[in-house]
Order: sequence, then structure tokens, then C-alpha cells
Amino acid sequence: MTAWIDKHIRVLFILPCVLFILVMIIVPLGYNLYLSFHSWSMSAVVPPRFIGFGNYLTLFGEKRFWDAVVRTVIFVLIALTAQTVLGLALAMLINRPFRGKRLAQTLFLLPVVATPVAVGMVWKLMYEPTIGFANVLVKAVGLKPMKFLATTGLESLLSLVAVDIWEWTPMVMLMVYAGLVALPDTPYESARIDGANSRQLFTRITLPLLSPTLLVAMMLRLIDVIKTFDIIYATTQGGPNFATENINILAYSTTFSYFEFGKAAAITVLFFIVVIAISGIFLAIRKHAEVDF
Amino acid sequence: MSRKTKKLLGAVGAHALIYLCLFIVAFPFLWMILASFQTQKDIMNAGKGLLRFTPTLANYHKAFWQHSFGRPILNSFFIGLVSTLMALLLGLPAAYSIGRFKQRKLSMLILLVRMIPGITFLMPWFSIFSNIGLIDTYLAMVLAHMLVALPFIIWIMVPFFEGIPKELEEAAWVDGSSRVGGFVRIMLKLALPGILTASLLAFIYSWNNFMFSLVLSGARTITLPIAIFSFISYASVDWGGLMAASVVITVPILVMSVFLQKYIVGGLTAGAVKG
Repeated sequence: MTAWIDKHIRVLFILPCVLFILVMIIVPLGYNLYLSFHSWSMSAVVPPRFIGFGNYLTLFGEKRFWDAVVRTVIFVLIALTAQTVLGLALAMLINRPFRGKRLAQTLFLLPVVATPVAVGMVWKLMYEPTIGFANVLVKAVGLKPMKFLATTGLESLLSLVAVDIWEWTPMVMLMVYAGLVALPDTPYESARIDGANSRQLFTRITLPLLSPTLLVAMMLRLIDVIKTFDIIYATTQGGPNFATENINILAYSTTFSYFEFGKAAAITVLFFIVVIAISGIFLAIRKHAEVDF
Repeated sequence: MSRKTKKLLGAVGAHALIYLCLFIVAFPFLWMILASFQTQKDIMNAGKGLLRFTPTLANYHKAFWQHSFGRPILNSFFIGLVSTLMALLLGLPAAYSIGRFKQRKLSMLILLVRMIPGITFLMPWFSIFSNIGLIDTYLAMVLAHMLVALPFIIWIMVPFFEGIPKELEEAAWVDGSSRVGGFVRIMLKLALPGILTASLLAFIYSWNNFMFSLVLSGARTITLPIAIFSFISYASVDWGGLMAASVVITVPILVMSVFLQKYIVGGLTAGAVKG
């Protein structure tokens, strides 16, 4: 028995994990695909009715769907760019001795590990137009008070992007900093001997050497930021008047507020395809850049 | 300006910038803690200045007695612990198998689990679990939270197992140990720091998880991130209570981060540095 187990350890050790994933993910994905071609409101009496591509066609004709797509894209583009640039800058900035460095590293960890719903609640309070701190600050610098989350304009979405940037820039920073510390000294020494200035050191040595780290950080952020849910649900639940509704929130409300399971399934199938495609592109770049995960 | 003063000014500027960033990072937490000790009236009076209020414990009292936070706290701990342990049970052997036998395709499958939006399997779970009466059961919650933990455990442990020299394990086989015995006695022991890192992250992500619990929990299995919404009603928000609840949710994680920072950072930045 032991000999048999030892011989097949490669398969036996991974089998439970693969089966678990199969049951918990692959089967539901198939079920989703099936539902996306049906019309169903989770009724026990009325079974799902096959309508072909009906759900998809309805979606493509809906302004609310396309608005959610656009908002998701805006959210991802701004948050990802800001987090990468600021994260890199912050990592360079703290890569020097300063008083309280250990405490600083602890503090930078906090937004990343703090419960997103709680983070959302605090920002909800700070953004509150009449009693929040944000407008105290805005007025202090002599600007007109803002509405933040209480408006149907782009302002509410951007306010949430700011929360995401506050929350996750430190993670990019921590990753880049880990990469920076691990960089070898030799290329810098020889470049200095060759008379390179600090800008050249950054663009010619630091950036290329850090690019694998940056790529991993960006990929991890991208796959999370595209499905941002917690802070939006905690603050606005997609409102006011859908102004902060992204694809994930739309899929959620289509399922659990409107009980249009077929349509929701179609959204999630499309969402799934897009996320996998984007991840595939990243993995291809990774292969090209020979980054090892 | 001489070169030296310029350099000095640069250093001063850099320090000022660092402390400004730290302030921005810390401020929402400070605000949360301060507001949790204020009455609704004090919170509503935004212009009064940060520290001018009479502190009160009423909000915490409310959270624990009126909103009975005891149960969600226990639930969050229980579900976090059990799902982490179960995910370790599945994930550690799997990570070993992937690492030792270089099964890149399988490692991609696990990475895929992290990438797929949770909502894509949440909806099918909901309808399947409703059908077999699993909504608002610990079984459903643990199963869902295991799926959060599993990718982290494998993501962190595969490189860890790869980093342990094969010879150490082979020496155990020579001494008559089975492969499974060698794995348990040698590999798991050597991988302990990695296991600690992976478990911490798995627990934190389970503790923080919102979407799965929102759909699958109920009165019995309610966790903290769901319970906090009881302070928000259509008509008004009980800000003090909401902030007290936020503090209650965040504090265990913050304490863990302060004391086990090295391990948590190690887990978060896993994959950032080659080899």
C-alpha cells in the first residue's frame, strides 16, 4: 500500500485539489454557460426556457450594460496606471534610511490587509458632503465643496477610484520595494564608473531590472481591480442612479436584485472571457519577458 | 546653490514626502478610530476640529449588545480558521506535487482560479446550494472560503517547496521513510515559515471576504463584513456605530500585521522577486 502510494504520489497529492476545483469552479462555469442561453428567474415551477443568444443580444442592446463596461474600463485604466506609477515612486522614495522606517513599513501594510468593506465605510464617512473630512480639506484650500459619492456624474466613480488607489498603491510599493532590495549592485557600480547620472541609472538599469516585478504587480492588480466589488457595494451599491456601477456590481444586481439568472449568466460568461483573455495576454508577455512566477 | 546644499534640500524634501505619504495612509484609520468614540452629534459637527469631543463608549456598547456582534465575530474566526486548515490540507500536497514534478499546466489551473471573477461561480453556487438546502450553513461558507484560500496557499508554497533541496528528502527515503513520511517529517517541517505565511494570508482573505458571505450566509452564519451593514438603514446611517464596527473588524487584522508583518509582507510580495 505504502509503495503504491509512493509510486503515484505525484497524482495522489494533487488529485483532491483538482477535484475540488473541478466541482467548485468548472462545473459552475458549465452551468453558467448553460443558463446564459436560457431565460430563468430561479423559479422551481417554471424551468429554464431555451432562448439561444437572446440574453446576449438583449445585453448588447442595453445602455446600462455598456455604461457598466465603460465605467469598468475607466476604473481599471486610472487605478492601474496610478498604482503602478505611485507604487514605483514610493518604493524608490523609501529605499533610503530614514527615521521610523520599520513603523512606516507596518503602516503601508495596513490599507492592503484591512477589510475592504470597513475601508469603504470609513471613506463613505469622509466623503459625506456635509459632515465628512474631505470637504473640510477642500474648503481649507479655498475650493468649492464637492459632492464626491453623492452625484450621478463621473465624480462619484473617480472618488471610488481614489479609494482603490489609496488601498492598493501600498501593495505595488511593497512588491516593487522587495524587487528593489533584491537588485544586484554590480550594474550600478560599473555604470557610475562610466559616468552615468541618476536619471540614466533609473531608465537604463533600475527600470529594466525591475520590469519583471512590475509586470507581476500589475497583473495581480489588474485581475483584482477589474472585479472591484467590496468598496463599491459598501459605499454606493452602484448608485446614485448607477453612476458607480461596474460589471461586477451589474452582474450581482442582475442576479440577486432582479433575479434574471439567464441574463446575469450571460454577463458573467462575457466577463469571464474578457478576464481570461486579458490574463492570457499578460501570461504571454510574461513568457516573452521570461518572468518566472 | 552649492552641490551640497542642493543634496541636503533633496534629502529634506524626500523625508517630508515620506512622512506626508505615511500621514495619508494612516489618516483614514485615525478618523475611523476617533469617530468610533464620538456621539452622532459630534460626528455631524464637522467643523469642530479633529480632537474636540467628549469620548464615549456608547458605539461599542451598541455594536456588542444591540447589534449582537458576538456571533459574527465568532463566525468570522471559525470560518476563517476551518477554511484555512482545510485549504492547507488540500493545498500543501498539491503545491508539493506541482513543485517537485514541475507540473506547470496544473499551476496555471490554480492561477486561473485566482483570475476568474468570483461572481461567475457565485451565482451557480447560490442556485445549487439553495436547491440542496446549503444556504446559511457552515459547510457552504467553509467551501466558498476555501476557494479564496487555496490559490494563495499554492501560489506561495510552490516556490517554497521548489527551494528546498531534493537531497534532504532523499536522505529520509534512504533511512527507510516512505515518500509521504518524508513529505510530512522533512518537507513540511522545513516549509514551516512558508506555511505560516500562507495560512496568515488565507485567514486574512477569508476574514475580509465579502461577496461570497453576502450571498451564502444568513442569520446563523453571518460574518463581520455583512453584520456591519446593520448600522445603515434607508433613512439614516449610524456613523458612530458604523465606525465602531469597522474598528472591531479591522483590529484583529491590524494586530496580526504588526506582530507578523515579515510573514505577511513575504506572502503579499511572493512572486515579485525572481528565485
